[in-house]
Amino acid sequence: MSANSSSAAPSKEVAEVSEVTVRLAGDSGDGMQLLGTQLTNTSALLGNDVATFPDFPAEIRAPRGTRAGVSGFQVQFAAHEVHTPGDTLDALVAMNPAALITNYKDLRPGGLLIVDEDSFTDKDLKLANLDENPLESEWIKEYRLVKVPITRLTREAVADLGLSVKESDRCRNFFAMGLIYWLYGRSMEPTLRFIRAKFGKMPQVQEANERALRAGWAFGETTELLNTSYRVASAHLPPGTYRNMMGNQAMAWGLMTAARLSGKDLFYGSYPITPASDILHELSRYKNFGVYTFQAEDEIAAVCAAIGAAYGGAMAVTTSSGPGIALKAEAMGLAVMLELPLLVIDVQRGGPSTGLPTKTEQADLLQVLFGRNGEAPLPVLAARSPADCFDTAIEAWRIATQFMVPVVILSDGYIANGSEPWRIPNVEDLPPIPIVHPVAPEDGSRFLPYARDENLARPWAIPGTPALMHRVGGLEKEDGTGNVSYDAMNHQKMVRIRAQKVANVAKVIPPQEVMGPDSGELLVVSWGGTYGTCYTAVRQMQMAGRSVAHCHLRHLNPFPSNLGDILSAYDRVLVPELNCGQLRLLLRGNFLVDAIGFNKVQGRPFTVSELTDKISELTSPARAGAKVAS
Amino acid sequence: MSESLPVLKPTDFASDQDVRWCPGCGDYSILAQMKKMLPELGLPPEKIVFVSGIGCSSRFPYYMNTYGMHSIHGRAPAVATGLRVSRPDLKVFVITGDGDALSIGGNHFLHLVRRNVDVTLVLFNNRIYGLTKGQYSPTSPEGQVTKSTPMGSVDHPLNPIMVAMAAGATFIARSVDSQVKHLASILYRAAQHRGTSVVEVYQNCNVFNDGAWDYAKDRATREDTTLELEHGKPMIFGKNRDKGIRLNGLQPEVVDLSSGIAQDDLLFHDEQADSTLVHLLARMRHPEFPEPIGVFRAVQRPIFEEQVRGQIEAARQRSGPGDLNKLFHAGETWEVQ
Repeated sequence: MSANSSSAAPSKEVAEVSEVTVRLAGDSGDGMQLLGTQLTNTSALLGNDVATFPDFPAEIRAPRGTRAGVSGFQVQFAAHEVHTPGDTLDALVAMNPAALITNYKDLRPGGLLIVDEDSFTDKDLKLANLDENPLESEWIKEYRLVKVPITRLTREAVADLGLSVKESDRCRNFFAMGLIYWLYGRSMEPTLRFIRAKFGKMPQVQEANERALRAGWAFGETTELLNTSYRVASAHLPPGTYRNMMGNQAMAWGLMTAARLSGKDLFYGSYPITPASDILHELSRYKNFGVYTFQAEDEIAAVCAAIGAAYGGAMAVTTSSGPGIALKAEAMGLAVMLELPLLVIDVQRGGPSTGLPTKTEQADLLQVLFGRNGEAPLPVLAARSPADCFDTAIEAWRIATQFMVPVVILSDGYIANGSEPWRIPNVEDLPPIPIVHPVAPEDGSRFLPYARDENLARPWAIPGTPALMHRVGGLEKEDGTGNVSYDAMNHQKMVRIRAQKVANVAKVIPPQEVMGPDSGELLVVSWGGTYGTCYTAVRQMQMAGRSVAHCHLRHLNPFPSNLGDILSAYDRVLVPELNCGQLRLLLRGNFLVDAIGFNKVQGRPFTVSELTDKISELTSPARAGAKVAS
Repeated sequence: MSESLPVLKPTDFASDQDVRWCPGCGDYSILAQMKKMLPELGLPPEKIVFVSGIGCSSRFPYYMNTYGMHSIHGRAPAVATGLRVSRPDLKVFVITGDGDALSIGGNHFLHLVRRNVDVTLVLFNNRIYGLTKGQYSPTSPEGQVTKSTPMGSVDHPLNPIMVAMAAGATFIARSVDSQVKHLASILYRAAQHRGTSVVEVYQNCNVFNDGAWDYAKDRATREDTTLELEHGKPMIFGKNRDKGIRLNGLQPEVVDLSSGIAQDDLLFHDEQADSTLVHLLARMRHPEFPEPIGVFRAVQRPIFEEQVRGQIEAARQRSGPGDLNKLFHAGETWEVQ
């Protein structure tokens, strides 16, 4: 890599590695998320593939120095494609004892442990609820401990700038960043640009942060504590222009793109909720794109306003997380009844109730499928990775308008806040989303608001259109006219039409693909944000000669039409989920397949090793000479 | 659009659906006055949308030959807000009741009003839950015996006018279902108002709460029990127009004009006065006082959706129409060969 040869004049040994997993942990006020984002962006700019996992407490500022206040950011950067932020850490930066004690167990034996030794005073230890200094413990000898006086060196670096001690200490994260950049041969330039852009109006702060960053780098180069730095070469990604994307940002951009492709303004009704709010923040910046963001008085108003906008002919979207989706349930049923296009996005978090607001989970699948009164089916799609949120948003709107139906998109906290490189598409190359609003029939024939096309979709007639005046509502409709009807046979017919319409979506979605052999001992079936981990685990086990394939579902309702055949082609089906077995229940119910569950509800994603262990258990060891799947 | 609008008649606004309210229900009168008033707005029917929630009153949209949505309980204001933001070319009415607007939908009612969304909200107040067959409502008086309050209600009622005022309503009015001319004129003024207009209509539910408003409806007594508000005029009422409202400190009092009190001593109505007058009028309740009907308040304040759209316009003026390709490539990107 020539990109940073100018800034790195390695006087020490340089080791080439193919991937690195680092976690930065500190107090939630220490700027760990910023540090992690910078490391991610810098690594992506170097051409590495990256995957990230921010992990922060629900409290904005939990008591300083306590275990509850620890905020972490994990990033894997690699010279090959990566789909997970990594299982075990190659390096951990711990800015205080609480960060060390809550994170060290994920560090691999012999892994690099960098601590701010100035933050291990008796007071710090007490705040972290520690009786003894962990830096003097037995277990710490398992790791390559590097004690750096980060606080003192940062203060010295900024000493003559006239900052208060508190202000000086705010630069500690940049010192740590400089050290990490040296360690992994990252260029400081992108972060220097960031510092100039962010603090340009406060020259003192800008200068202090720059100095701290450079001081961290210089420390790495001169200290005798570190003899080796590492290089990670560029990954071989498909050609194109890339940028780093977070899931919520990708979702917002996907919505804006879908609006453009369908020639619509975007109406976005939302009520703030973790971890979905960033979509609202992102969209509210793009008013010149015709994006109307409406921060409603509550979740119900958010979805109802979206329904009102949909009736008026806008592209209407509402977003929330599990608790908010529960509140929207009645209105989602109304949208099913009205047969209006609407996107409902659920960025899942740990539940039930308020649950774990900042932690990830996949436990809303059954809620979005069935959490409404009456027979109220609607299509459900799940994004599989941060960048995939972009494509999922566009596809969901295509389905919503083609079938005149509300569509749910499932995301989760893990992909919403995670990031990965995104190959930037050319908007002109994306297929348009054609929408036709009917006008008055020229022959003067009667307009039927609930007439059906070949997909069973009804016409999207919008107010303001002469001669198409009609009334919609939550009461059962008479087939065709849409007038209120309590007729027994009509109700049954309409229930079936609405269900068949959703089932018809299976005709337009692509057939399900499988990664690996089309039959064998084990099929791993996953959905949503567990994609990367499941894919990586299955790949590893295939390389190890196991008879295993991976089937990742984007479409959860309806299922792809070939899914039943796929499931029956393997001896066993394993369904890993971050819930207690929701997809498994559906697969068993729909396909009478004796699927095995592998379930975790800890507010954390799977690790690859958890899955490879399970796959090992369910498949036979490779025989000598057995064919290895490619 | 069209150069000259055909002159529409009330029947042009009637849908082909049979009206299914109980015979004798006050809703019929409100429906009739609405149809009578609409042609005066000079709007073609396709530009009008009626949005409702749930309850007897909320069946209203089905009976209008306009666009309409019978939504879910209490949420019509939210639906109307989304519709108006995306389609400011439409005239939007919200039809609601005391339970729909003040119980289950209380929150949305408040926020519609405080935002000053340009819709006309007609609140059919019958002080009872009719469609669920006779439970007390948030406007039922204390002590009212209903199916769910056999020993009388212990809930203190809400006053719709005061709730609207607390949320900063720019137009507040009250009328009575059976006073057809008054009702039609109030509906017209409300529909002409720019911003949220709230009209409380005393509406009789002759099945579950018959006579709740008799004092205000009865031809023999209504001139003594109601006070017709007129902007800039002294507050005089009574069959012989011999009684007035005078301010005594901060309290209104009924005075007898025959005892030598001059009109100039009376309280004068001012639709643009601050909220104090609205509260004072809203607190005047039967039988101590005549209950005011008419326009309590009519002021101007920026309209929510106009401001929302104004920001969109300003952003376009400043940054031009959005260019997605440009946005995607802004910031840090890199090439992979």
